[in-house]
Formats: sequence, structure tokens, C-alpha cells
Amino acid sequence: MAQPTGSKKHTAGALDIRNVIGALLFVYGVILLVTRLVAGDEGGENSAGVNANLWAGLALAAVGAGFMIWSRVRPIVVPEHVDSPEDLTPPKR
Amino acid sequence: MSSVSSVLPMATIIDANFVDYLIVGIYFAFVLGIGVMARRQVSDSVDFFLSGRSLPAWVTGLAFVSANLGAVEIMGMSANGAEFGLPTLHYFWIGAIPAMLFLGVVMMPFYYGSKVRSVPEFMLRRFGPAAHLVNAISFAVAQLLIAGINLYLLASIIKAMLGWELWVSLVVAAVVVLTYITLGGLSAAIYNEVLQFFVIVAALLPLTLIGLHQVGGYGGLKDKITEAAPSAADADAQLNSWPGTNLTGIDNEVLSVIGIVLGLGFVLSFGYWTTNFVEVQRAMASDSISSARKTPIIGAFPKILVPFITILPGMIAAVAVAEIVKTKAGDTVPGGASGEGVKFNDSLLYLMRDVLPNGLLGIAIAGLLAAFMAGMAANISAFNTVFSYDLWQSYAVKDRDDGYYLKVGRLATVGATVIAIFTAGLAANFDNIMDYLQTLFGFFNAPLFATFILGMFWKRMTPTAAWIGLVAGTLSAVTVAFLSEDAFGTASLGVIGLSGQGASFVAAGVAFTVDIVLSVAISLVTKPRAASELVGLVYSETPRETLVDENEAGYPWYRRTVPLASIALALVVVLNFVF
Repeated sequence: MAQPTGSKKHTAGALDIRNVIGALLFVYGVILLVTRLVAGDEGGENSAGVNANLWAGLALAAVGAGFMIWSRVRPIVVPEHVDSPEDLTPPKR
Repeated sequence: MSSVSSVLPMATIIDANFVDYLIVGIYFAFVLGIGVMARRQVSDSVDFFLSGRSLPAWVTGLAFVSANLGAVEIMGMSANGAEFGLPTLHYFWIGAIPAMLFLGVVMMPFYYGSKVRSVPEFMLRRFGPAAHLVNAISFAVAQLLIAGINLYLLASIIKAMLGWELWVSLVVAAVVVLTYITLGGLSAAIYNEVLQFFVIVAALLPLTLIGLHQVGGYGGLKDKITEAAPSAADADAQLNSWPGTNLTGIDNEVLSVIGIVLGLGFVLSFGYWTTNFVEVQRAMASDSISSARKTPIIGAFPKILVPFITILPGMIAAVAVAEIVKTKAGDTVPGGASGEGVKFNDSLLYLMRDVLPNGLLGIAIAGLLAAFMAGMAANISAFNTVFSYDLWQSYAVKDRDDGYYLKVGRLATVGATVIAIFTAGLAANFDNIMDYLQTLFGFFNAPLFATFILGMFWKRMTPTAAWIGLVAGTLSAVTVAFLSEDAFGTASLGVIGLSGQGASFVAAGVAFTVDIVLSVAISLVTKPRAASELVGLVYSETPRETLVDENEAGYPWYRRTVPLASIALALVVVLNFVF
């Protein structure tokens, strides 16, 4: 089957799971930080005096960014699925 | 299907605001997006079922653990933590890690090397149709029932958290799970499981840390548990993993240890991890035999750490959350996720309510929804494979082209999801059905493991012995459950004085022993298969070089199977001494 995308590029790009994980965690981190800014430290009393949204937000954004940087620095090459048809033929019984 | 009372408006345990809904919404957008992207890569049926064997080991390793990190795992283990304390650790360090390492080091080469698409297919090639049919049917039925339980738990949690009616939650959850499985096949399921793993950690880790902070750290937690316990011996049992007498219900310390090591650690756990296709399927999707072997081993490392974010919150809830403290003291508290009183199962939800601010709460909700969907998706995709290849192609409509079976697979997925909505309805009617089914499937695995392990290492074992051993082993476990006090609830006769965990350990042990003894006896009087048919399936008939990856010797130590497994094993031994 022809690949609609990535037929020239051989890196996984957006399909790389690290980008997906990184993007989600980063967005979550940013949302928590914004919530902390908008709502103030309302969470404080609800979380045993810990500034929970701030620290969790910073940690998530950092981990998310880390995943995206990892996939930039060490991109994976998409295997050509049609390269070796004998590997893909269902085993005969 | 849904009860009449669910039409009435219900107070929610947790107050979610728009930030929380936004976070949950973003999660679902990612999940569906993965399905759409994965679909572009699907080219033929092997691709669809096993993702073309192209995923790196760390991805399949995390999916391997995530497929297991479902409703029962998170809610069940935190409930156990609240009720029993540290002995719950045995479900991880004794009841999972050794078996996962064994699967990677010893058994995986046979699965991956023989290029089977399912565990029952391995049964077919080793023992022929009779054993295969028995295995495939019981597996398919089991998956439908477990999927229904996962779906029910998922829906009842949605109901408790967001206040939606149960039947709405059921249908919405089913449609989302269905959508992403049909869109992308196993590839989408695996990608989602890896994503889910991180969201679950992002949900449970802050919960644990803030909870610990609230009770004054681990030292404070220990003090509070000691204060709350009715006796010093009881506190001691909760704060030390061994001998675990409160978990097994066996009073004698030596017998309790033996029960944990042999019953949970050997028969139940090896039976589950080495033959459960839902997990093994993840490893088969990796890019080489070396990656396939490393899949359960890489998965073992997060698995070692999972109890710290599941059992600990349960223990914290048992001293910090008013409702759970009362429940543990033996009082009946109204409320709970089921609406029929607070149970230990609700520990995590109440702790979330008490310590998480809006925002983090949304991530926790997304994480729980993710975990429950992971369980159901794994059941459905395993059912899909076994139904279309092991049942339909083998016994119903043979010799059609690949596209035909792909279509059957998609229809099976839809069918299974619809059936799961009904089995979820069944589960809703039986409050304790989950416990019974866990026991039931726990000992379905024991005879299966006995047959597998004999068949892999003893070439004399015959096809007749295999299916008779399987059937007899299962029947003997069912018999023990009926004779015990409560393994089948009120249907049990109480002839043998065994209850709770002890009963299921013994049932599994009996099933294993009966299967081994019968299989050996029957093999000695029936005709074995020719040695030439067993290449790649039996250890002694398989050339050593096909069992290892030729490139692996050239890898650095941290990418080789055995050194990694040794580290995981050493870590578990150390942890058992510490706790």
C-alpha cells in the first residue's frame, strides 16, 4: 500500500510515539501551570499545603519536552513494510 | 440493562470543573488521533494483528505492563493496600516479576521463533486440533467476560466521577474503545497503552506524593497505621510483606509463605504471565527475537515500581480518608462508587477527592479512564485474533484470502464490543462477580501452564495427553472451588475449610498437579508425534541458534536479555528484604 505521508522522509516524525507522549505531557503541564496562574493557590488547601498544580505542571512540561527532544536527537527510521514480503506472509500450517 | 435508580440524579464523589473536562477531552483526542494515524500504516493482515513486528522493545515492554495495568490492577491493588497493607506487594514482586523474567528468558523464543499469531496457535502446532479447540474456546469466552467486567468498572467509575448514567457511560466507553481498535488494530492499541502508561503515572505519582506529605511521610504513615490497628500483631502484619498471613488467610506462618511462593508465585503467576495471550501478544509485535525476549524483561522494571503508586495510595487512604478509616474499623459508610456503601475499592477515588486540586484531578480522571480502557482494549484485540484465526479460519471457513479474514477480524471486534456491553450488564447485576471470575480464570490458567511447560520440554508428550490434561485440570480446579467455603460464593458447599485467597491458591495447585500427573501417565501409553514435526516447538528438537538473536551477542550489556533479567531479579530480592 502506498504511504500517503512519509514516502520521502524515512523518519517516523509525528508517528513517533515519543512525540505523541511528549506532546500530551507537555500540553498537560502547560494547562496545570495556567490553572495555577488563573486560580491562584486555591489548590493549596486541597492538597495538604503542597503547591500541587505548580510542581506537577513544571514536571510534566519538562518530561514532555524531554521526550520531544529525545525524538529529535535520535529519530527512528520507519521500516519499509513491503521490503521483505516473505516476513509478512502468514505462516502456513 | 441499566437499573431504574440510575435515572435519578446522583451526587458525584468528585467535583470536576471545566479544566478537568478539558484535560480528559484532550486525552480522548490523542487516543482517536493515534487510531487515525495508525490506520495509514496498516497494509495486510499480519500488520493488522501484530503490527508488522516493527516496534522497538521499550515500546512493547511498556505496552506489556500497561495491558495489565487495568481496572483490577489499580482499583484492586489500592483496595488490597488499604485492607491488608504491604503483603499486597507479593502480587508484584512474587506474583509477577519471576514469571515475567521466565517468559522472556525461556519461553519467548518458542513463541516468537515459531511465528505463531496467538498462544492457541502454538497449541495447535504442538498438539493438534483437540487441545487447540479446547484452549481457543475457553480463551475466547474468558476474554468476552473479562472485557464486560472492565467495561462495567469503567462505566461505574465514570458514573461516580462525572455523574453520567451507567448506560450512557457504558455505551460511550464501548464506542471509544471500539473506534480506536478498529481504526488501527494492535498498533493503535499498543501506542495507546504506552501513552496510557505515562498518563497513569502522571496521575498516580502526584497523588501518592501529596498523600504521603499529608500523613507525614512514610514514617508518619507507619505510625498512623500502627495507631489505627486493633493490635500490635495486626499492625506488624500490615507493615511487613512476609509472612503475609492476613493476605492468605492461612494462620500458620510457614504454610502462609509456602502458599504465597508456590500458589501465587509459581502456579498462578507463571500460569497467568506465560500463557496469557493478552500480554504475550505485545511481545510478538516487536521487531526481533531479541526485542521479543526483552519485552517482558523491560516491562518488569516498571512493574517492580507500580506497587509504590497503587498500594501506597491505598494504605494512605486507609489512615487519611475519613470514609475509608471508618470502613476499615468495620463501620458501614453510605455512598461509594457503586452507591451501595463505601468499599475498599473506592480508596483511590476518595483520596483523589481529598488531596488533588482541579487540574491535577483532571489528569487523574484521564489516567483512570485510560487504565480501564487499556484493559478492555487488550481483551478485545486478543479475542479478535483468536476468533478470526484460531476458531473461524481453523474450523469454520477455511482457505479464503487474507482480506476475508481481516474483514472477519473487524466484525469480530464489533461483535465482541457489543457482547461486552451485555456482559457488563451481567456484571452490574452481580456485585461480587469480579472476585469469582478472577478466581475462575486464575485456575483456568494453571492447567494451561502445566500443559505448556510439559509440552515445551518433554518431546514424548502426546496430543491426547494434552487435551485430556487440560480438561481434567480445569474440572478439578472447579471441583475444589465448589467444595471450598466461598470461592463460588453461595454456590460453594463448604466441605473443605478453605476461603479467600487460600482457596484459589489451592484450586490452582490441584489443577496444575492433576494436569501434570494425567499428562505424563497418558503420554506413556499413547503415540507421540514424530520428532521432525516438533522443531521450533520443543526445546530438545530446536537448534540452539534459532532460539537466540544472532546480533544480540554484539549488543552492549544493557541491551542483552540475560543481564537485564539478572538485574531485575536482584532488585526484587533486595526489595523483599527491605519491606
